[in-house]
Amino acid sequence: MEMKHVKGKNKGNIMMYALSTCGWCKKTKRLLNEMGVEYDYTDVDLLEGEEKAKAMEELEHWNPRRSFPTLVINNECIVGYQEEKIKEAIGA
Amino acid sequence: MSDRVEVTGKEVDKLYERLNREAEASGYHLNTDVEHTKDLVEGLLVNEKRYGYWACPCRLAEGIKEKDLDIICPCDYRDPDLNDYGTCYCALYVSQAVLKGEKNLGSIPERRPSSEERKRAKPKSIAKGVSSLPLPVWRCKVCGYLCAREDPPEVCPICKAKKERFERFI
Repeated sequence: MEMKHVKGKNKGNIMMYALSTCGWCKKTKRLLNEMGVEYDYTDVDLLEGEEKAKAMEELEHWNPRRSFPTLVINNECIVGYQEEKIKEAIGA
Repeated sequence: MSDRVEVTGKEVDKLYERLNREAEASGYHLNTDVEHTKDLVEGLLVNEKRYGYWACPCRLAEGIKEKDLDIICPCDYRDPDLNDYGTCYCALYVSQAVLKGEKNLGSIPERRPSSEERKRAKPKSIAKGVSSLPLPVWRCKVCGYLCAREDPPEVCPICKAKKERFERFI
């Protein structure tokens, strides 16, 4: 699955399932960028075929509703743009 | 990987102006967080080029219009979400209370049934007992507008949803 890596401070394992068109996903990416943390993300709407199916399967494991953004911060799952929760989970 | 679809700032501004005008004319309001709203308008334009219709930018479309009908903007879930949370799922539209700053915005829960639930859902039965009506009554699934005529209008005069979003009500 194609993952995009954003360089920054290592605060553990941060992974985000996003859509390239989604406003809340953009807000979440902006927040992570402002915090300057290292993270990986994938824009599922830009994937195709098997890759897309695999990403959705993986996402379903964390978030059965398969909604976006879904953030996994050191095995803790946060669904939606939730600024306080995200900051808390990252320990900022 | 899908081809990247490019949208210009001019296209975004044009659609933003149009949606804002149409919303205000019929009692709806766009989010005043213009950065967020224009991000969403850009998403709508990308989805229009990608799928041929305005699939919700914050949901993953299947790319088959029939299966995505309920999430074509304005989606079937906008009005109940405006009622309950003061915002639609992606926060393109907000309520008067949010506009006045009485309510804060954030991500809201997804109201759309899962794909399994959608497959199982049966179409609503038509209300009976008024069969003597001279014309059928059509209901806009987005805003609830009702009209009695042979066929639904091409575009809902209230929320601008297209003809295919109407259901036979009576």
